[in-house]
Amino acid sequence: MLGFSSKQLIGVGVFLFVIFIGVPLVIGATGRWDFFFTLTSVALLAIASAGVWLTFYIGRINIGQGAFALIGAYVSAILVVKAGWSFWISLPAAGLFAAVVAVLIGLPILRLRGVYFAMITLVLTQVVTLTALALPITNGAKGISNIPLPSGLSIFGIPLIPDFGSMENTKLAFYLTACVLMVVTYAALYRLVNSRLGHLCRSMQQNEELASSIGVNIAYIRIVIFAISSFFGGIGGAMFGSIAQSVYPSTFVVADSVNFMLNCFLGGLGYVFGPMLGTLVLYFGWDLLFEIGKYQMLVYSMILIAVIRFLPNGLLSVRFGKGDKK
Amino acid sequence: MEQILANGVYLGSQYAMIALGLTLIFALMNVLNFAHGQMYVIGGFVTYTIYGQWGVPFVLALVMSCVTLAILGALIEKFLFAPVIKGSAREESTMLLAAGIAFFLDAVILLVFGEKQRGVPKIVDGVFNWDFRIIMPYDRILICMLAILSIVAFIGLMQYTKTGRALRALAQDRTAAQLMGVNVDRYSMIGFALGAMLAGLVGGLLVTITGVNLGMGGPTSIKAFMMVMIGGAGVISGAIWGGIILGFMEAIGLALLYQYGDITYLLIFVSLMIFLAIRPQGLMGKPWG
Repeated sequence: MLGFSSKQLIGVGVFLFVIFIGVPLVIGATGRWDFFFTLTSVALLAIASAGVWLTFYIGRINIGQGAFALIGAYVSAILVVKAGWSFWISLPAAGLFAAVVAVLIGLPILRLRGVYFAMITLVLTQVVTLTALALPITNGAKGISNIPLPSGLSIFGIPLIPDFGSMENTKLAFYLTACVLMVVTYAALYRLVNSRLGHLCRSMQQNEELASSIGVNIAYIRIVIFAISSFFGGIGGAMFGSIAQSVYPSTFVVADSVNFMLNCFLGGLGYVFGPMLGTLVLYFGWDLLFEIGKYQMLVYSMILIAVIRFLPNGLLSVRFGKGDKK
Repeated sequence: MEQILANGVYLGSQYAMIALGLTLIFALMNVLNFAHGQMYVIGGFVTYTIYGQWGVPFVLALVMSCVTLAILGALIEKFLFAPVIKGSAREESTMLLAAGIAFFLDAVILLVFGEKQRGVPKIVDGVFNWDFRIIMPYDRILICMLAILSIVAFIGLMQYTKTGRALRALAQDRTAAQLMGVNVDRYSMIGFALGAMLAGLVGGLLVTITGVNLGMGGPTSIKAFMMVMIGGAGVISGAIWGGIILGFMEAIGLALLYQYGDITYLLIFVSLMIFLAIRPQGLMGKPWG
């Protein structure tokens, strides 16, 4: 991880300071404890959106992240409730399970491109929702509720997790956990994009045949990328289920898959941190507009349309200008 | 069995019309119109208001549905899609716009028409009964006929008029069409309006049978996507085949597997994924459309 300019380091430092110290202080001062839940959701959805962004990076439009988030949420919930695992072990297990599913499904469907891939992933979300309704282990439409909080017993017994939570309330603990996960995710994403694999992905984004002709194993890379992407989705979904303490087939539906994609678009596809900003703006904006009651959807969609109408390349394109690849 | 086939024809003809509009818009502008289902719902509500509330003859209400949606489609294309397509670095940005429009139309429908299920009085009474082998209400038969008639009219328009020829040229190759003197901007707008109009027409037709409600938009869009995928994106004949195939699958599945509930749709989705894995471009699509 060499080659950071001091400006970048300061930026990262300020960002970490704000999310880990600034935000809790501000919320503590203003007493808006509900913002913790909002921001936790933003962090988790940003993790899933990071996965979608990664599939964009190899030139595929992924509208199926809701499927993998739902798979992750169910795997974690089933492992915790029925098998009695600790949540912190079920979390990576959920991610890995989602990744394995992604490999199996990805083998055939990653041959598709463009809108075909987009539409089949959209259908995939619907398949997973219907499967969750049909399978006995997922409890059908009733879902799995009363998932025990990870903080209660298991979390503090494991030395891997710092003892941040024992005297704090769960809202803050969840917020910090989600932020740590998000920071790790985006650090991994940044590392990936600036690695050899990242260069290969960019070559695929531009022209798959050409990349293939100069010796890039495109079939292998797209499977790997799709698996990583779904791993993020699974992690985000599992954590989300644990915070809500319940999972239903409707926890992640087609609209969520579309939202994950919108987060990436809105933030800008050319920037690693685009999806994070996109998620923050979309989710927080939606939450703030709750005040205006029944006009919430109207104003929200009008802002969305206006943004894409005047900034078609995403919010971050304002600052960096066109063509600047991060 | 005859009953299942008749249901299949009935469902298939409606579905084909929905898919036609979507595939037309996709073929012309490479836009995946997420708002198609919402346009269909608006068409239904316009007919509901004019025919159901004001008591104007049904045909007139249907025409009004078409006109409203055509104007709406033209405005959306002119002021939203066309500038965004010009300004964005990646074509896919239009998907965000389409999703935003879908949200917007949903909000408008909610504010103007509310969230209740709405229905209109039957246009013709009575039930067709062929020896208890096919039982079908007359209004369904009429709607089915009207749908087939519209599809035929649409194909005629595309094949034999100047507008249709220009639209087909545009779908084949945008640049070449422009070089041959086709006014690309104008025909994009006409095409989009035509696609939206088809959605409105189906909405107006179906409101007499299924009624209309706010929540129908999203699922309709997904079904339309599936039909377009079965047939091949951007191919007119493919959309018709896709609609018919999905209609029959649904009719047969619901008849044979009704005791298992949603398993029909699960089977349809899974078989669609397997089919697309084997034949990614659909039945009639060009490879990598």
